[in-house]
Order: sequence, then structure tokens, then C-alpha cells
Amino acid sequence: MTVLAERLPAGAHAEHHDEPTLIVKWLTTTDHKVIGLSYTITSVILFFLSGIMALAMRVQLSSPGGAGMSPQTYNELFTMHGAIMLYLFAGPFAFGGLANYIVPLQVGAPDMAFPRLNAFSYWLYLSGSITMLLGFFTSTGAAAFGWVAYAPLSSSVYSPGPGADLFIMGLFLTGFSAVFTAVNLITTIFYLRAPGLTMFRMPIFTWNMLVTALLILIAFPVLTAAMLLLFADRHFGTHFFTVSGGGVPVLYQNLFWFFGHPEVYILALPYFGIITEILPVFSRKPVFGYKGLPFFSLLSLLIAVPTGIKFFNWIGTMWRGQISYKTPMLFAIGFLLGFLMGGLTGVMLASPPIDFATHDTYFVVAHFHQVLLATAVFAGFGGIYFWYPKMFGRMLRDGLGKAHFWTLFVGFWLTYLPQYVLGLKGMPRRVFIYPSGLGWGALNMASTVGAFLIGASFLFMLVNLFVSWRNPIPAGDNPWDGHALEWFTSSPPPHHNFVKLPPIRSERPTWDFNHPDAPVLPHGRHAKEQPALVGVGSPAGTSGGPAQTPSAPADGGTAPGDGSGETGH
Amino acid sequence: MLLGILLGGCKLPTFYGYRGVTSQSHDESLLYEGTVIAAIVVGVITGSLIIWSALRYRRKSDTIPRQFQYHIPLEIFYTVVPIVIVLALFGFTVYTENKIDNVVPNPALNIRVTAFQWGWRYDYTNYHVFVEGVRTEDPDPVGLDGKTCVQSAPTPNDCLGPGLVMPVGETVRITLLSNDVVHGFYVPQFNFSRYALPGVVNRFDFNVQKPGIYRAQCTQLCGLYHAEMFFHVVALPRAQFLAWVHGSQPQPITDAGPIPTAAQSAKAFVPAAPAATTKSSAAS
Ligand code: HEM
Ligand SMILES: [Cu+2]
Ligand SMILES: [Cu+2]
Repeated sequence: MTVLAERLPAGAHAEHHDEPTLIVKWLTTTDHKVIGLSYTITSVILFFLSGIMALAMRVQLSSPGGAGMSPQTYNELFTMHGAIMLYLFAGPFAFGGLANYIVPLQVGAPDMAFPRLNAFSYWLYLSGSITMLLGFFTSTGAAAFGWVAYAPLSSSVYSPGPGADLFIMGLFLTGFSAVFTAVNLITTIFYLRAPGLTMFRMPIFTWNMLVTALLILIAFPVLTAAMLLLFADRHFGTHFFTVSGGGVPVLYQNLFWFFGHPEVYILALPYFGIITEILPVFSRKPVFGYKGLPFFSLLSLLIAVPTGIKFFNWIGTMWRGQISYKTPMLFAIGFLLGFLMGGLTGVMLASPPIDFATHDTYFVVAHFHQVLLATAVFAGFGGIYFWYPKMFGRMLRDGLGKAHFWTLFVGFWLTYLPQYVLGLKGMPRRVFIYPSGLGWGALNMASTVGAFLIGASFLFMLVNLFVSWRNPIPAGDNPWDGHALEWFTSSPPPHHNFVKLPPIRSERPTWDFNHPDAPVLPHGRHAKEQPALVGVGSPAGTSGGPAQTPSAPADGGTAPGDGSGETGH
Repeated sequence: MLLGILLGGCKLPTFYGYRGVTSQSHDESLLYEGTVIAAIVVGVITGSLIIWSALRYRRKSDTIPRQFQYHIPLEIFYTVVPIVIVLALFGFTVYTENKIDNVVPNPALNIRVTAFQWGWRYDYTNYHVFVEGVRTEDPDPVGLDGKTCVQSAPTPNDCLGPGLVMPVGETVRITLLSNDVVHGFYVPQFNFSRYALPGVVNRFDFNVQKPGIYRAQCTQLCGLYHAEMFFHVVALPRAQFLAWVHGSQPQPITDAGPIPTAAQSAKAFVPAAPAATTKSSAAS
């Protein structure tokens, strides 16, 4: 088999002189893999912090009358919990972390287009996050006006104190970080694709990141501008959003939702991309309806219909497949079911009369948590279980992964199903306390128990990570029989990612390389026309890149040049 | 199918929703119930397909399945069906919304409702009467048939906050204002909520069909005591309403009404009478 492109790691020789210490290396790195991991680890730490805040709130809500938390503390907690989860976790986890790591690999590029800008994005993100959190250490506490920071509640009259300013400045910094990453990804995808990798041979994950990046360029500057105006109102005596000075508070809401509507897709599309990587690999099938998918991602801008259509792409991918239930696949199915419920209740909320009846109640809280947990938690951590072997060259234990999944899955439904009912009974959101005698206590208690199950499920993941460091099981280059280019190189990939590339004739170059006798059926031809194929292994005579079982002794990512592509000679 | 259900009348299960005690909210509960049924149908079909394919196609051998990727008729089918469903939902939505937002030319009663941090003020402009209460307190705990609110409400906590008294069976025009931040005017059993926005005047009509006490609450985060910004609607038969409104002290009010600032409101609205509720969740 011929290898079309050979790339030598640039500067591979200059590098090995004075080895700087690990910390200096980390501080000065421009390697997209290190930056991607920094993003991932930072955002997961923030997820845990925010999760602890969530559990504290759930304790307070577990019974009518509360558990003694003050309204000020409660308001600070849900504001910071929501802001961290949306601005500092869900977005950066997928877009800053996984996209940064995986997209250059999937397009066969040595790095991002602008490696230094990439590093700068990360440092902006980290400093923005710390800035926002510092609010807790001020005498008046953190911001307490909700993650949307509606004017005039967020004005200096109703929310004095530095916590609100730190919130605004934190958003300002992380907003820039997102825009820079978007520019970087777009350029990488347009200009650094490997020879033969046309746009319609890109994996869906990369496609979705491209669409997300475009949406970020549309949406985030508006958020940044709104924050700037808010800051000016608070400190420079302007009156954009204050009635008394002739301003219009509703202007803030309009500006905010000009950002907020695309933000919904900015948070969802990267995770759809992860699912669309996992399902085909574990079903041993190509993505069903591949060519339509990028188009529908674009269309999501307008309506919810395409999201419904995606479900059938996903089901069609599993249909008549050979599905193996490894941890990432379980998470993907958890995503499908959770997102189905969250999506359907979302369609209900899109109908204004129903929205009138349930607006700002726990119905909405349950809806957006089901959507956000399906994506950021089920798809997101499913992505971690999927790509961890690639990133570190070692496996996570499947048993512990499954324990994580089932605890999370039960907790997820137990937490949110009661909240739909609470919302329909009229329990408003963002209340630190609710009256007794209305029949809300038992449902809230169930929800709190569920929340603690969700919290506990992550202990399995921490143990799993710990075990994988103490007793590594080498993963090899391609433990799942993966499809896209990242599975072609070594685990972890060498400094500039690829030593050799396979020929690229479809969106599954690694699969095509390993299974030359099982290409995608051409258009218009149906399943019956292809004989069933036996044997997963590589064609005779090759030894590297093909699928390996995790237990097989593997090189586990050693020197650059030991990559899989060598087998192609 | 949805149409049949909607025309079929009130026999649908409520799915935990309120049936709606105003003439406006009845259509809304129908729309809600119809939508839930449609959502359940779609959800059950899609969910079963997911679970069925997940279980049916478990890997049993080392075979590589057929690598099909496209099936044009199927793809067209699952594109068209969601579009049809959404269009149908949209149609019913527009129909219902028009009914809800419909304001009549001359309502029987005008009430100006002003939200502030953290309480409500109701101006009965035709009668020069107003009621004003802060947080959990009800300055005028009127209930049905000459009883107090707590005596006639299903649970005492339905009576938290100031009571918005209105007659049954007549169109009442609410003019909703806010003095400071954004508040939310929400009566669960009316299936209705609307923002009270500073600098914006919102008008809508209620026609309550059944006498009763209806718990209500501010739903838009409005600062520290958002959770305690309760109120309730007291819907009285016309005679009782008239007795109440004429028995109240007429107040010399201006058209604009007093505009308490955030700083004042904490002090200025200390209620004259102690709260009439048995259990208050106030942390004050
Ligand atoms: C461990 C799982 C979680 C639990 C138990 C939880 C719990 C809560 C609670 C109790 C609230 C306050 C509700 C209220 O008073 O209105 C809340 C609000 C919120 N949560 Fe979560 N949450 C969880 C995960 C997440 C995740 C993963 C995200 C996003 C990716 C998220 C995003 C939000 C947002 C945006 C708000 C609204 C904040 C606001 O009202 O300003 N949550 N959550
Ligand atoms: Cu309020
Ligand atoms: Cu409020």
C-alpha cells in the first residue's frame, strides 16, 4: 500500500539540547496536544468545582424551609454554577480541549495554524476563569444576578460590589479566548488538511467544530460588547440599560440573546460531533447519511428540525451494525436517550403559550439540564473515554467506566424527572426556599438524591484515572478499530503528529487502510449487494496501524517515527 | 390526529399541568396536552428505535457488517416528517396565542399591578383603592364568603404575599409595570406568566371562571428576596368583590402611583398588620 504523504517533524533536531523543566515546557508550549490537554484538565476541574456548588444547592432545596443557606449565598451559587458550567466548562471542554487535540489529528496537520495564538487563547481562558472565581473572595461576595446578568439587576444600583465586575471581566477575557480559538480552528481546517482530504472527506467531528467556530465568530463579539456596555454603565456613568438615564434595559436582553441563541448550538454541536465519532466505530459502520450531516449542522441555526433528523442518522448508523458495548458506546447511548427527552421538552418550550405557563420554572431547569448533561457530560466524558487511549497510550478500565455510566445514568433521570413535575406544579427557578404544604418536598428530595448519585459517579472516573496511571495497560495505536486519521498515528502522537499518512479516499482513511475489502457501499446501492465480510484484523502482511486489542503488548507511544504509518511501505 | 384531540374537548389527561381557571388558559392547557401527546408519540417511537437497535445489533461475532451509508427514500422520509410535525405545532400555537393575547376593547375592571423589590402594589384605578404588600405579608387577608384567606384557601401557604382581588366571570385588564428590576408575574393555575419590565407597559386580560384563592409568585430573578416575592389571586363572586372594594378605604392616589426606590422599599413597606399566614418562609 502506498503512503501518499510523508512529513518530518519540523525542528525535530533542534529540540533535544537543554531540556527545560516540565513546568517551563508547559508554560511555553505551543503544541496543540499539550494546550488541548491543559484546556481539558482546567475545564474538568472547574466542572467539579461547579458540581460541588450544585450539590450544596441541592442540599438546601431538599426540604421545604431549606437547610439554613442564606439567600445571598444561594444566589451567588447558582449564578457561579451556571456561569462556570456554560462559559468555563461546556464550551471550553469540547471546543478548547477536545477540538484542539483532535481536529489537527483528524485533518492530518502537524499542529494548529497559529500555535502561539493557540497558547495565548489558553492563558486568556485560564486568567478569565480565575478572575470570575475571585468574586467569592470579595467582601460582598460573587456575582448573584444569574448567568445571564440581566440589566438592570446587574447595574451598580442593584448589584454593587466587585464580584459583579469580576464576573463581567472574566467573561470578557474568556470571550476573546473563544474567538481566537475559533479563528485558529477555521484556518487549520481550511489550510492544513492533508493531501486528498477534501472537505467532504472530513470526519463529522471536524465538520461540527468548523460550524461551531463560525457561530462563535458571529455570537461572541456580541456578548463581549454587551459586557463592555454593562461595565460602562456600572463605572463610567453611561445609561445604555438604565431607564432613569433614558436607556433601555430590554436592549441588554436582546443583545444577550443575540449571543444566547447561537450559544445553544455552540454548546451542542461539538458534542454531536463526538457522538458521531463514537457510534460508527463501535457499530463498525460508516456514519449513516454522512453527506447530509454537515448541512444539517449549518441549518441548526434556523430550526430544531435538523436535530431531529440527526437522531435518525445516529440510529441508522447503529442499524444492522455489530455494536460492542465499551464504555464510550454506553455514554453515547446515554446521550441519545437524555437528549431525546431534553430535546422534546425543548420543542414544547418553543411554543410560546406553553412557555408562558412554564417559563422560569423548574420545567425549564430540568429541560436545559437534560440537554446540557446529555451533551457536556454524557457525550463529553464519552469522548474522554474514547480518546484517552490516544492521548496517553494507555487504556481506562472498562468495568469502572461502566460503573461510572450506570450510576450517572440512574442519577441523571432521578434528578431531572421530578423537576419537570415541580415546574408544572409551579415551582419557580432560582428560589433558595419554598413553602411547605404544596407537595414539593418529596420531589425535591428525590432530585437531591439523584444529584448525589451523579456526583458519586465521577468518583469511579477518578479511581479509573488513578488505576490507569498506577497499572497502565498499553493501548496501542488503534484500540477501538477507529475510522479517522487520529487512529493512524501512535498513541500519544509524536510531536508533529504524523510520520506517514495513509491514502485518503473517504472520511474513514484509517478504516479503509485496515479493511481494504470493506469500503463504503456506493450511492444508491443497498446493503443486500455487499457480501458479509469476515475478519476484523489487518490484511496479511501489515503489522502496525491496524486494530489491536488493548491487551496485546504494544509500543504505547514511544519515539516519533515509531508510528503506524510505517507499515505502508 | 392532534386536531382530533384538540377538537375532542377536555377529556385529555393533564400530565401534571393545570387545567387553567381563566377562559384564556383553557385553550392553553389543551395545547399543552396535545403537545405532550405528540411528544410522547415521537419520543416513544424514537426511543424504542434507539433501544431496539442498541439491543438487536449487539456484536455477536467478528463479522464486519455491510457498509451501507445512504438510503435516499428513508432520508427523505425522516426529513419530511419532523417538518410536518413542527408546522402543525406552529399552527396550533399561533391559533392559541391569538386567543391568549386577545384584549377586549372595554374590560369590566382595570387593575394596575406594579412590581418592586420585593413586593406588589395593586391600584384599582376605577375605585381609588390600592393594596400593597411586601414579601410574604398580606396587608388585607380577604378570602371567600366573608372568611379570611387562610380559612378559605386549600393550604395556608397559598395565602403568602398580598392578595390580588378580582371578580369572577368578568374581563379584568391587568396593566403590569415594574419600578426597579425585571420581575415575573406568574399565576400557575392561570397557566400564565409575563415579565414586569422597567420602562415597559404590559397589558393582558383575565376572565376567571371559578371563585378561589390562587397561589402566585415572582418568577424572574429580582435580587436577594426573589424567592419570597409571593402574591395570590382572590377571585370573588361579583357581589363579594363589590363589597370588598367599597368597604376598603378610598386612597387619594395619583395616576402614576408612588415609585419606591430599592433603598426605600425595604423600610417604607413595613406592613401595618402582622402577616395573616400561619407559616411564613420569610427569613427576615
Ligand atoms: C451534577 C449535576 C448538576 C446539578 C445537581 C445541578 C444543579 C443545579 C441547581 C440546583 C441549579 C439552581 C437551580 C435554580 O435554583 O434555579 C442549577 C442551575 C443551573 N445549572 Fe446546574 N446542575 C448540574 C449540572 C449542570 C451542568 C453540567 C450544567 C451545564 C453544562 C449546568 C448548568 C446550569 C445552569 C446554566 C443553571 C442556571 C443558572 C442560573 O439560573 O443563572 N448544571 N443547577
Ligand atoms: Cu420579583
Ligand atoms: Cu423575583
